[in-house]
Amino acid sequence: MAALDRPVVKPRPVYLNLLAIRQPLPAVVSILHRASGALLFLIGIPLLLWTVERTLGTAEAWAAMRMTLGHPLAKLVLLLLAWAYLHHLLAGVRHLAMDLHWGMDLASARRSAAVVFVLALVLALAVAVRLW
Amino acid sequence: MVMRDRVVVGAHYGWRDWLVQRISAIVMALYTLLLLALLLWHGGLDYAAWKAIFGNGAFRLATFVFMMSLLWHAWVGVRNIAMDYAKPVGLRLAVQTVVIALLVAYAGWTIQLLWGGQLA
Repeated sequence: MAALDRPVVKPRPVYLNLLAIRQPLPAVVSILHRASGALLFLIGIPLLLWTVERTLGTAEAWAAMRMTLGHPLAKLVLLLLAWAYLHHLLAGVRHLAMDLHWGMDLASARRSAAVVFVLALVLALAVAVRLW
Repeated sequence: MVMRDRVVVGAHYGWRDWLVQRISAIVMALYTLLLLALLLWHGGLDYAAWKAIFGNGAFRLATFVFMMSLLWHAWVGVRNIAMDYAKPVGLRLAVQTVVIALLVAYAGWTIQLLWGGQLA
């Protein structure tokens, strides 16, 4: 009984302040993969379904939805979601490549992380140009 | 009754999730390319092109496969997030229940949109 009262794992100090650690780029790409996925689930899916519902009706409904999504705030949301989709897609392709043991060494992994990060931003910029 | 040939190595949930996440991702990537190609073929996105694209029965089926992949993919991802951050069992159960309810509702909404008569 006395033995069971003692904790099996001794509490040890953890020096893991996420804000103090300088994250390497692959770590940033990884957490953005998760954050963009959460964003696509929370806002992306319902907005996608709602938009399709609104745009498949009459030509007037289409025009009204265009107006709604043409609002500057709506455009910002669309841009954010476009970036989330692009980053999530590209980071996913990087994952699939690594599943095939392609680009597994540290230098390649860092390079591909940079490509994913920059390419998603560049393509999002193209979307922004198209939106405005 | 004697339990025989019972392999005690878990239920392979992790392996299944891993595979589902990748197959659904590939399906969604291919659908994205298909939609982009169709929009290019129609010469851009306007009301007529949109109606024509969704007026095609095969495209509606492809959209359904895409949405089912998306919802299943979202389930695996959100469940992973919930397991990482929602530690109390009650909270985790509540989050997962709400997420499942939402995803099932989205599936129903998808079917309603694609075959609910709006496109006929």
